[in-house]
Amino acid sequence: MLYREAGQFKTDYAADQQIFPILQDRIFVFGVIAAAFAIVPAIASEYLYTEILIPFLILSLAAIGLNILVGYCGQVSLGTGGFMAVGAYAAYNLWLRVPEANNLVVVFLFGGLMAAAVGILFGLPSLRIKGFYLAVATLASQFFLDWLFARVKWLTNYTPSGSVAVGDLHVFGWRIDGPADRYLLILGMVVVATIVAKNLVRGHIGRSWMAIRDMDIAAEIIGFRPLRTKLLAFAVSSFFIGVAGAMWGFLRLGSWEPLAFDINRSFQILFMVIIGGLGSLVGSFMGAAFIVLTPVLLNQLPGWLGVNMSTAMISHLEFMVFGAMIVFFLIVEPHGLARLWAVAKEKLRLWPFPH
Amino acid sequence: MLGPFLETLIGGLLTGVLYSLVALGFVLIFKASGVFNFAQGAMVLFAALTVARLTDEIDGKALGLEHFVIAAAVLGAALALVGWYAWREYVARGSGPGERRRLALLAAGGALIGGVIAFAYGKGAWPLWVALAATASIMGLLAYAIERLVLRHLVNQEGIILFMATLGIANFLDGFGQTLWGSDIYTINLGLPKDPIFLFEGVFPGGLLIDPAELFAAGIAAVLVVVLAVFFQKTRVGRALRAVADDHAAAQSVGIPLNTIWLIVWTVAGLVALAAGVIWGAKLGVQFSISLIALKALPVLILGGFTSVPGAIIGGLIIGAGEKLSEIFLAPILVQAFDLAGGGIENWFAYMLALIFLLFRPQGLFGERIIERV
Amino acid sequence: MDSRLRSFPDVLLSVENISLSFGGVNALTDISFDIAKGEVRAIIGPNGAGKSSMLNCINGFYHPQHGAITYKGVRRNQMKPHEAAEQGIARTFQNIALFRGMSTLDNIMTGRNLRMKTGLLWQALHIGPARREEIEHRKAVERIIEFLEIQHIRKAPVGTLPYGLQKRVELGRALAAEPELLLLDEPMAGMNIEEKQDMCRFILDVNDEFGTTICLIEHDMSVVMDISDRVVVLDYGRKIGDGTPDEIKKNEAVITAYLGVGH
Repeated sequence: MLYREAGQFKTDYAADQQIFPILQDRIFVFGVIAAAFAIVPAIASEYLYTEILIPFLILSLAAIGLNILVGYCGQVSLGTGGFMAVGAYAAYNLWLRVPEANNLVVVFLFGGLMAAAVGILFGLPSLRIKGFYLAVATLASQFFLDWLFARVKWLTNYTPSGSVAVGDLHVFGWRIDGPADRYLLILGMVVVATIVAKNLVRGHIGRSWMAIRDMDIAAEIIGFRPLRTKLLAFAVSSFFIGVAGAMWGFLRLGSWEPLAFDINRSFQILFMVIIGGLGSLVGSFMGAAFIVLTPVLLNQLPGWLGVNMSTAMISHLEFMVFGAMIVFFLIVEPHGLARLWAVAKEKLRLWPFPH
Repeated sequence: MLGPFLETLIGGLLTGVLYSLVALGFVLIFKASGVFNFAQGAMVLFAALTVARLTDEIDGKALGLEHFVIAAAVLGAALALVGWYAWREYVARGSGPGERRRLALLAAGGALIGGVIAFAYGKGAWPLWVALAATASIMGLLAYAIERLVLRHLVNQEGIILFMATLGIANFLDGFGQTLWGSDIYTINLGLPKDPIFLFEGVFPGGLLIDPAELFAAGIAAVLVVVLAVFFQKTRVGRALRAVADDHAAAQSVGIPLNTIWLIVWTVAGLVALAAGVIWGAKLGVQFSISLIALKALPVLILGGFTSVPGAIIGGLIIGAGEKLSEIFLAPILVQAFDLAGGGIENWFAYMLALIFLLFRPQGLFGERIIERV
Repeated sequence: MDSRLRSFPDVLLSVENISLSFGGVNALTDISFDIAKGEVRAIIGPNGAGKSSMLNCINGFYHPQHGAITYKGVRRNQMKPHEAAEQGIARTFQNIALFRGMSTLDNIMTGRNLRMKTGLLWQALHIGPARREEIEHRKAVERIIEFLEIQHIRKAPVGTLPYGLQKRVELGRALAAEPELLLLDEPMAGMNIEEKQDMCRFILDVNDEFGTTICLIEHDMSVVMDISDRVVVLDYGRKIGDGTPDEIKKNEAVITAYLGVGH
């Protein structure tokens, strides 16, 4: 009975165009964010930070980036891992070579901008090719970038193993040390990035992306420039993905090699977007939560059941369960967790008198 | 210079035939159902693992009980689900001969799977041809399960949804194959001669070195490619397949049973995967990376077009040759020029080649020019 | 309503000797006509006569092999569709081409895209100019929604709407661009009589109130004869008649094309 919008009249268009037009939604979301900032640090363990919260938040950001491209602009990309790598290595090189720039916000933004530039480059074919042809073409970027970071020694500062490491991280004088610091920094950046993404998709830029997605020919005829629109989507999407990649390298891994951003990473992010819901930002979070939590649960499950299982077996099981889940979700609800959530909300709004 | 060049070229072309074979699996399914089947690579791995395990001496490599339990549970669940659907239809439509036949087939399939697993977890090895026949049947059953449990529930969904579903299938098969057969590196022994052949010894110093196993494999692949091309172009089923590819609804309205057609294509794609898996496996050993080798067939698709059989063949040859030549002749130059830590450009060169080509001819090698309408 | 006798001195767009072919098939052959500023111009003809191809040439989607189009005094051969849109040409489509994943409101808002200028950074922050712009254009769109009487489906996804309403939303999207020349490709196809009457009323209102020049393709002869000032008739890609509705009704070639000729 609490979830009602009756009595909340909109008297101007500004009120109608808010991100959360319903008061209860606003309260709920602000509550969650406040709890994430204030309550979680008080109770979270190191395991919770490094294995669940930090991966969840960073991968959510990557999923938001990919969702802009796939879900909003309709351009399927299998090159997410490569763009994350660009973000990570660009950030690494700035951090390494320009000591004055040892401010993670600057470093991450640089990683994002570099990824955006590379994204534009690999987005160029989207003018001529569409659909699955484009999807396969984006694999080209993945394989090329994998190769680039494995082979070009300058990019990894001539480390013999090709693995790079970072340390002594600062943000505006705040030294990022323990997992709680890293978590708070990531949380702050993800919240800001989410608001930015939401602003973009609800304005005329977002409409231009959706128009291209839904019917590119009609979009062009009413005045959208297809190449410019698509490239902007590639750039913005890659920017978010690049920032996420830099965060993944700096704040999740600390030291990494190109394998951390291989094609499996691309598929992982794509699964998040699909399971969460194409064209839904809240879905990106749900998808990321699902993909991050499932293996954690699968790893715990044999222990809880008292069964002894090899790690190889668990990894095979993970593959199977993921595969089956994806198929199951697509059959039950092709629009993802976000749609289920929306339906549940709608039911709640009308409860207990659904007619 | 000419000698090594030709040697590389021939080696590349022989590999290219295998790419063609894998690409053909993609093309078959895309043509008949508009599905971009990402699980083709996983099917190759699954088939290769099955054959390898069935022909292998298992002593010392026996799998743990957990493998057996989980595999049995998954198969049991799949069988129960399929059986439940079949039973529901049987009840709904009454006991026609078709329904009875389907139930009988299902029972036979279940028995086959049971037998194969029981054998696989026992000791000893089957002769190659028995293993091949058993694997072929299993690929058929797999096609049936996929059609029944996945595709049929996703009719009329957008292409991207179906594509995602095949990603799910690919994941599932990768995991399931290794659960069922273990993740050791196996070998498949086709009993091929091992000694290299030298050609044109009079023309080039030392002659051209060619691996007979590769030659044989390419021969098998070539025969399969031709058979499939003929099957597609000349037979009644082939015509029906092409009709379905053109327009699902129209094909159904003239009485072509969509589900049967899909079952046939997926079975054929499964058999193609089997052939590719056996040949790859004999060449490089059976291991998880086979699943990724299929990714190498993707540039072939964009080069040749998703729907063109000749495109897959020619595209495969071009990619195979281009890849090897670039690795031998271009990579050293790049390594020198940019101070790289090794070459390895064959991982992306084929993609770039296809991509650049595509910019000039978006419809691929053999695709028709696209006229857009509003 | 009688065909209205109005006079239009200025030519807005003229088509000169246009020919278009697709790989040997001639869609249009040597067609010339003009559209005067402020008139309602109809293009009619049997199926396959090349009517839609004609509209596609006008808004730059197809590029004719021969001939030229002069629009607002500028002669041009090649033009991209978005350039046509920037020049004030808007259109609707024979098979509805709405953005099915978006709401009615968002669809019509896309029609204003050429007037929305705030850049990426303002959009990302959604403050100041971006916010004001969004509200200002929302007001304009709400006027169109009111004009077309579709307030009740404002937030509905267009994919779920019935056919007649979708056609109306599509007209709204074209109107949102405030075009000088509005191309309508069979705006009343598949509608019942009431819906057709509504649509006629909207078209005439647009023409009267905003002075928008309209070029429409329509099969319903009574509608065409009622609302258009002048009519072009195409058959097999050739022009066989051009004039006021009364002249067209008496044109021998047109009568033959529509009724066939006894041998």
